[in-house]
Formats: sequence, C-alpha cells, structure tokens
Amino acid sequence: MITIAEVEHVALLSRLELTDEEKRMFAEQLSAILEYAGMLDELDTREVPPTAHVLPLRNVFREDIEGAHLPLEKTMQNAPEREGNFFKVPRIV
Amino acid sequence: MDFCYMPAHELHRRLAAREISAEELCRAVLERIETVGGKLGSFITVTGDLALEQARAVDKRIASGEEIPILAGIPVAVKDNMCTEGIRTTCGSRILHNFVPPYSAAVVEKILARGMVMVGKTNLDEFAMGSSNENSGFFPASNPWDVDRVPGGSSGGSAVAVAAGQAVVALGSDTGGSIRQPASLCGVVGMKPTYGAVSRYGLVAYASSLDQIGPISRDVTDCALMLNLIAGHDPRDSTSAPGDRPDYTAFLNREIKGLKVGVPKEYMGDGIDPGVRGVVNEALGVISSLGAEIGEASLPHSKYAIPAYYLIATAEASSNLARYDGVSYGYRAEDPGDVVDMYAKTRSRGFGTEVKRRIMLGTYALSAGYYDAYYLKALKVRTLIKRDFDRAFEKFDVLICPTSPTTAFRKGEKMDDPLQMYLSDITTISVNLAGIPGISVPAGFSGGLPVGMQIMGRPFAEGTVLQVAHAFEKNTGHHKKFPSL
Repeated sequence: MITIAEVEHVALLSRLELTDEEKRMFAEQLSAILEYAGMLDELDTREVPPTAHVLPLRNVFREDIEGAHLPLEKTMQNAPEREGNFFKVPRIV
Repeated sequence: MDFCYMPAHELHRRLAAREISAEELCRAVLERIETVGGKLGSFITVTGDLALEQARAVDKRIASGEEIPILAGIPVAVKDNMCTEGIRTTCGSRILHNFVPPYSAAVVEKILARGMVMVGKTNLDEFAMGSSNENSGFFPASNPWDVDRVPGGSSGGSAVAVAAGQAVVALGSDTGGSIRQPASLCGVVGMKPTYGAVSRYGLVAYASSLDQIGPISRDVTDCALMLNLIAGHDPRDSTSAPGDRPDYTAFLNREIKGLKVGVPKEYMGDGIDPGVRGVVNEALGVISSLGAEIGEASLPHSKYAIPAYYLIATAEASSNLARYDGVSYGYRAEDPGDVVDMYAKTRSRGFGTEVKRRIMLGTYALSAGYYDAYYLKALKVRTLIKRDFDRAFEKFDVLICPTSPTTAFRKGEKMDDPLQMYLSDITTISVNLAGIPGISVPAGFSGGLPVGMQIMGRPFAEGTVLQVAHAFEKNTGHHKKFPSL
C-alpha cells in the first residue's frame, strides 16, 4: 500500500534520513497500520464535527503586561555551538 | 516493615512524630535504588546528593518545631520527560542525552516547594512512545515481579520505582495509558486526571491534546494527596482548566452504597485474557458487596479508538518533535554539510525506531491528500468515542474494566510487531481521547503477576473515582503485596 517512494517523500518532509532497511521496514509497517486504520471508513462521519480538543476552551487571553524572561545565559546554556549571543549553525545557502 | 514499602501518609505520621528522620528515609530509598536499580533499570538519573540536601532541610524544619505539611520529606521520583532546572532531562532519547533544562515543570516546582525529596528521574519509552519501556534510548526497565517481563510503559521507570521501594510516590505522564498500564503491570496505583486538571507546563510534549501528568503511588490515599498537590490552574499552560480543584482526600472513606457502576461490555470480551477477566470480575463482586449497583454499559465505538488514537497522537507528535533539529539544544550530528543536512542527520541519529515510525505515520496522516482521509476522519471518530462516554455517564457514576488486556508480557514479545504493541493499550486509550479521568488500582494476581482494575469517571470527577478506588482498596489487601527482589 505504501511504496518506498512514498516513504522517501514522507521522510523528506520529516527531515529524516533512512537506510534502505528502514525504508523497507517502514513501508511494510506503515502499510499494516494504515490498513488497520482503514476500519474508520466503516463509520459515516459526514454529520459529525471533529474534536481537536476536549475542553470547552477557545482562545485564552492574558493581560499584556511585562513578565519575567529566562536570562540570556540560561537560554544559551544548551547551545551545541554558539558565537557570541547567537546559536551557530552550518551554512544555509 | 521496611520504610521503603510504607505509603506516604504513614511515613508522614512517623516523620512528624520523629520516629524517623527525612534523611534516614531518603538514605533507605537511595540504598534501594543502589541495590536493585541495576537489575530494574528504573532510573536514568539518580539525584542522591540533592535528595539528601532536601531531606536535611526538612529535618531542620521538624527540629525547629515546625509542623511540616503532608508529603514534605517524602521521596519522589519524576519521569524523565518533565523538566528539572539544572538536572539533565533526557526524555529517554539520545537526542536529549545532554539537555539540562533552564527551568522546571510546574509539577516539579510544586513538589519541591512542598519539601518533597526528589530522588531521581525515571526511565521511559523514548518521548513517552511505547507500552513496554523497551523503547528507551538508553536501556529497558524490568518488571520487579519478574525481571524477564516488561514493566509496561511509557512511565515504566516511575511504576517500577514505586513497586520496588525506590521511591514512595512518583510522577508519570499518560497519553494513551502510560501511567495506568505500567501501574497495572507493576501492581501499584496510577491515575490519569482529567485533561487540563494538572498543568503540562514543562512536560516535554508528545501529543498535546492527550498528554496529562498524574501520580503513581502505593495506595489510593497517597494518590489523592499527590493530586491535591499537583492539580490546579496554571496560566502558563493555555490548556489548563480554569477554576479551583476540590480537596480530593474528602472523597476517601465515603460509602459507595447506591453508586452506579457500569461495566463496558466491549472491555470484558474476547480480547481480554481470561485470568485478567476473572480477577476483575471478582473485584466487581467486592464492589457490589459494598452496595454499589453494577450494570452492563456499552461504548460501541471502542474498536475504533486505537486507529483514531494512533493517527491523532502521531500527527501531533510529528509536529511537536519538529523542534529537535540540533540548533539550540540537545544532540547535533558531528559532521553536517549544510543546515538541512544537519537537521536530517541529527534527527536520524538522535531518534530511535519507534519515534521515527510515529513521526513518519503522523507526517503521512497530515500530508497533502491524506489529511481529510486520516487526520480529520480520526478527529471525527474521536467525537463519536467521546459521545459514547457522555451517554454511558448519563446512566453510571463510574465505569470499570481491566486496565490492560493482559498481565506483564515477556520482553521482546511485541517489539517486532508495532500493531500488536499498540493493541496492548486498548482499554486505556479511549480515556485519553475522551479526556476523562481514569485510575488503575491493584485488583489481584493472575499467574503470579499483578492485575490492575481501571475506574473511569466523568470529566473532573476524580473525587468519585478515588471514592470507589478507596472503598475497594480498604476491603481488599492487594496493594499491600510487594515483589520479592
């Protein structure tokens, strides 16, 4: 059902680099899981609204007042690589 | 009796009466971690020095004549997907193997402010994705009743720690059964509160509309005490439910005469191991003998819960886990070409197989052309599942079923077949989809292994759930049996 090409496409969207072995495995397993999920089609849901969330909350607003921030050093403490107060990454273009 | 196997409310009495000190208690628990920890794999990080410091601080308060609040001085273990300022938080993943959070989760702030003694961070399936703790990126945890068997997951380490006397209480998180199923398999009490009852601030997100933090404990009283401590509105979590929470201990020691208990027929059928079904039927007999009225309930869309869950949870996960890119924290691949190559290499090496599988499935379900067929369809089926519960709760005060269809299964048994593994969550998953509270309490044994009974209630009716759980516990002694290690 799910082809290797589809697995490669989804892996690209997911920013995952898969080995050939993983591609074969995921093609097989995702096919099985989606086939199982196909049972949802037994249900007529045309008149059913979706539930993204169980609480009757809509937008939650707060007062627009100044709060406390994490200090700069704390936000940077886990940086794999930094330059000054910047997170350093490999070249982008 | 060993301190390590006493419930928190009993230990509190002894601390207050100065029969033991918080330091002695802490040392006893740390020794337990030391002696049986290797065999059980329950902790990823042990915070012994910090724990002793916290314990001594409580002893000072007692010595100065202060009447310490309940839970102060009690050793607690925290699942390693809750942020602890200055203490490594790995989520059981290589991708966060070196992550030291700059702030603490709301629940961690609360346990520390109370004077609880945090002894360490417990093992879990990577990013809480799993039902056996075998997906930990570091090492699996083992069931203390039989070390060749799984403890359940994903909060396996927290359940093991409590069952094996390596903590008195613990915090877990539950997205599809991750507190209740390991509690069941390890013979302890575990509760998933109503969605929104406890702040998720600082909990590493897996599936945000399903994740909820809750306690794992030796008995129902400790569960109520922990819930009193951690529940409450938190403006830092926009999905935190507003309003006050009740005193959950007020529901303990109440009669259950006349209470209406429904048993969903879909959860007592062929998919349930006969030994497990027998234990739960016997437990229902106890509940009936206490005057509750038991009747058959039906949740007709139950069989659709697993596929709906695995589409919704993985879709949310694929989005939540996009943040692990090697830019600002965590693991970064050593030899990246350009930045896109860095993302892909970092993620491919940092994530384990189950996490990749779920990211792939979720990304597929959300991708162009499949969104309506899979993700939207699953959200609509979620509505049908929620309506099943709404209808059942018009007739019944609580619903009862086995927490898990089987007792603890053997390690490796389900690792090659993800679908079989997913089916082990069949009786817990719909509770998360509906957002309602559920508890697992020890109900007996089958083949020498613990069986848990799940009690589910209306949204925010944790009190009624605890009332039934406590009445059952008081009239049985299953929670007082401990594994020999």
